Amino acid sequence: MLRHLPKRIADRSMVVTLCAAALCSAACKKDPPKVVIGVLSDMSGLYADLAGKGSVVAAQMAVDDFGGTVAGMPVEVISADHQNKPDVGSSVVREWYDTKNVDVIVDVPTSSVALAVSSVTQDKNKVFLGSGPGSSDLTGAKCSPNTIHWTYDTWALANATGREIVKNGGDTWFFLTADYAFGAALQRDVTKVVEASGGKVLGEAKHQINATDFSSLLLQAQNSKAKIVGLANAGGDTINSIKQAAQFGIVSKGQKLASLLVFISDINALGLETAQGLTLSEAFYWDRDDQTRAWAQKFAAKHNGAMPTMVQAGVYSSVLHYLKAVAELKSAKDGKAVVAKMEAMPTDDPLFGKGTIDANGRKRHSMYVYEVKTPAESKAKWDYYKLIREVPADQAFRAPADSGCPLIKK
Amino acid sequence: MSSPRVPGFISVLWRALWRRENRVFTVMIAALVVAPFLTYPVVLTKCLCMALFACAFNLLVGYVGLLSFGHAIFLGCAGYGSAHAIAVWGLPPELAILFGTAVAAVFGVVVGWLAIRRQGIYFAMITLGLAQMIYFLCRQAPFTHGEDGIQGVPRGRLLGFIDLNDNLTMYMFVLVIFLIGFAIIYRIIHSPFGAVLTAIRENEQRTTSLGYNTDHYKLIAFVLSAALAGLAGATKALVFQFATLDDVKWTMSGEVILMTLIGGLGRFTGPVVGAFVVVKLESYLAHFAGWVAVAQGLVFVLCVLAFRQGIVGKLSEMLKLPL
Amino acid sequence: MSSLLSQLVVGLINGSFYALLSLGLAIIFGLLNVINFAHGALYMLGAFVAWGLLHYAGIGYWPALVISPIVVGLLGIVLERTLLQRLYRLDPLYNLLLTFGLALIIQGLFQIEFGSSGEAYEIPQPLKDYSLELGFMTLPAYRAWAMISSLVVYLATWYVTERTKLGSYLRAATENPGLVQAFGVNVPRMVTVTYGLGVALAAFAGVLDAPNVQVSPAMGADRIIVVFAVVVIGGMGSIMGAIVTGWGLGVVEGISKVVYPAASDTVVFALMALVLLVRPAGLFGKAP
Repeated sequence: MLRHLPKRIADRSMVVTLCAAALCSAACKKDPPKVVIGVLSDMSGLYADLAGKGSVVAAQMAVDDFGGTVAGMPVEVISADHQNKPDVGSSVVREWYDTKNVDVIVDVPTSSVALAVSSVTQDKNKVFLGSGPGSSDLTGAKCSPNTIHWTYDTWALANATGREIVKNGGDTWFFLTADYAFGAALQRDVTKVVEASGGKVLGEAKHQINATDFSSLLLQAQNSKAKIVGLANAGGDTINSIKQAAQFGIVSKGQKLASLLVFISDINALGLETAQGLTLSEAFYWDRDDQTRAWAQKFAAKHNGAMPTMVQAGVYSSVLHYLKAVAELKSAKDGKAVVAKMEAMPTDDPLFGKGTIDANGRKRHSMYVYEVKTPAESKAKWDYYKLIREVPADQAFRAPADSGCPLIKK
Repeated sequence: MSSPRVPGFISVLWRALWRRENRVFTVMIAALVVAPFLTYPVVLTKCLCMALFACAFNLLVGYVGLLSFGHAIFLGCAGYGSAHAIAVWGLPPELAILFGTAVAAVFGVVVGWLAIRRQGIYFAMITLGLAQMIYFLCRQAPFTHGEDGIQGVPRGRLLGFIDLNDNLTMYMFVLVIFLIGFAIIYRIIHSPFGAVLTAIRENEQRTTSLGYNTDHYKLIAFVLSAALAGLAGATKALVFQFATLDDVKWTMSGEVILMTLIGGLGRFTGPVVGAFVVVKLESYLAHFAGWVAVAQGLVFVLCVLAFRQGIVGKLSEMLKLPL
Repeated sequence: MSSLLSQLVVGLINGSFYALLSLGLAIIFGLLNVINFAHGALYMLGAFVAWGLLHYAGIGYWPALVISPIVVGLLGIVLERTLLQRLYRLDPLYNLLLTFGLALIIQGLFQIEFGSSGEAYEIPQPLKDYSLELGFMTLPAYRAWAMISSLVVYLATWYVTERTKLGSYLRAATENPGLVQAFGVNVPRMVTVTYGLGVALAAFAGVLDAPNVQVSPAMGADRIIVVFAVVVIGGMGSIMGAIVTGWGLGVVEGISKVVYPAASDTVVFALMALVLLVRPAGLFGKAP
């Protein structure tokens, strides 16, 4: 048998080569042009409720409301789970760009993943519309001509929630911070606001993303005697911190909790009993006016009755505006050109109203400071917020000149 | 086989490639050269890096008999080393990879010196514990950027002029590195040093009684394994343009054990086959985080219970070829 | 000072969980010579069974404390009978890999079903509304209960192994299984029961921990590596060693959180390396 091995291998090589040729000709056939939108989100982890599958629903709703095609090309929505890991997100995005002809990535909660995605997107000249991440670095030191930061950022949260709390007497702070890009950015931006009004930060305790036991951190916060315990984390981390803070008597012993980033999905998980009185800011609330209510009901019908968070609303808004820009340009191929067009066109949609986009990729709209209702004040499920004040668009976000973005010419 | 027109050395090379023992390697190399034209090169490049990692690991477990549960240290720290060298110090790719490998070798000396004192399960536990410690240290060290990792590492130009941004060029470069590493391991095993290692695995006491300082040999083998794993890690950071905590986590240590187990412990080409199988499986199930773990676990259990000789071992049995 | 005391208390409570988990591991290793990598996954399983009992059957925490360890313990017995038994005649490293694989399967299955961020499990009544005012901190009553109940479990385990006939058989079988079998004791059955017991202890720890850390598929994974370090430091087969070291390590972690927080994760492993250099058999163990 072994004597025939060389011949057999030669035969087999021929077969392999023929198959390869066939495969190549099949794969090398040109696909009809289409626009592919990739929704990259946390589908199964601590941010899955505030983004996740709801973001996919929102993206599809935007495509459907736009008509399903743009500039004569069909629009397709695909999705994947980045598991909150920058390497997974980066690999998925790279593969999407290289093999699936994806033109635009949307959503991406988790700032560390968003920063990685922004970098790959710039290399490949595609488009990234970040509705989920928070770090203000996306429009600051790490800005890119291919990226638009959509819904909110850490600077806006610091300026809205942070300023509100300081105004009400919170002048000494202790931070509980998620130890990655987002937590660090949030702590940094809120610290600036606190110190600018004459307050002091007494200390910090860092924790891993998706930590579950905050007992020793909360004790450190208690021992610092700071008036405010600032939670520079989000999603499941915030929920657990708040619950355990109640157990250790943080609030009953006189300190106040400042949850710097909270979504309506978190309040729903906590329950009004625990969450009442919390101050927070969001860019979107489903119950704000008739238009948002109508859209939210449609969304909820496709999403197990859960009301949309501002991240999911941002996905809808960003996809809609993207499709408008592509329609004008008649092509989605040049990422920089599409982003430039999006920045040139003013935005208008039923969720965020009228807005603009700065040259560093920062979308501008009003931010709203809310307080969580008490159980008595709430008349129905999801009726959780009462409005404290609106921060108009020109004040809500950092001025481009202050951002440190190299794209802004001084 | 040789004709008067074919230059002498080519016919010698051809005969050498087609010699019984070398046929397997020839087929393997040919397949690896052709593969990137058939499928997405980046996944294949990952397969190559992991194959080198698994071969380095197999050197320790298959030929010396030491199961290290912390080999991710070397992969990950070398990755951080080379990523940092390129991103922050601006070193060219070839120097950065050498630097990463050196970092892994240093860790290999430290970890090896601590762990060699014990055998069997205790050795595995020590390596696991040390790996976890280094994971936590990496998480806190400022230059690794913790959870965010070192991102956006430019691929640069090899030797100043070969642009590595093209996926195919990158693949060929990694293939060369892999073959170099593979050849080194081959040389180590088929050498007097390698014979002593095998003797230590079979019966350490007898080897000591023959006058060999077994601890010495084990440590050197450990450092070699660590350095080669580091070569794989340093290259991987360049391919994917990032270095993250996932590469130093114990789950990565588990993965390399899985690759070697599937391929065949102690088989020379086993880890290569195992690496390709595992990476392909993972990229297939990539979008379903839970399924990857379940699939890996099932393979572990099945392999350990009923398939201890691994794929290559089984093939070798079926084809009656020494593989 | 109050910050040191409060971290010490939290450290003691953490330590009691380490001790519970390493107790199960030490028992299993002592008799089976198996490093049960699946211990963390079974701890998680215990917590999920409790959650499931509440969620699907309305059975609360107090019955779950008993039911969950029994259920998981039975599962452990099945695993031992069908899988682990086959590998005893081989190098113990194979069983290590087998249990590693089992851990991956269990954790993966739960991750598919429940995602990775976990489910809430509320502190049960009547403990929920109480806390102990210790002056330097407020200690939730539940955490105090967790510590006390694990203390009871250690004492019970110690009593069984040191003072009862069954325990003496177990200890003898650890030393010399062949001889003990020659005396007519059914050693394989004892081995199976021991595995089930060790696993039940892990599940008990899981139920106990559920209200503290939320029930999530990954909850066992990181805990278990620390517990391995504990067992290595304490001595692989020693029960007393496991308990004392577990607690001790919880305290050391707590202190380091005050003195040098950056090191609190790594201090366990640094200690492990130190012990292995100075006293390889562990603090309480016998030389292998």
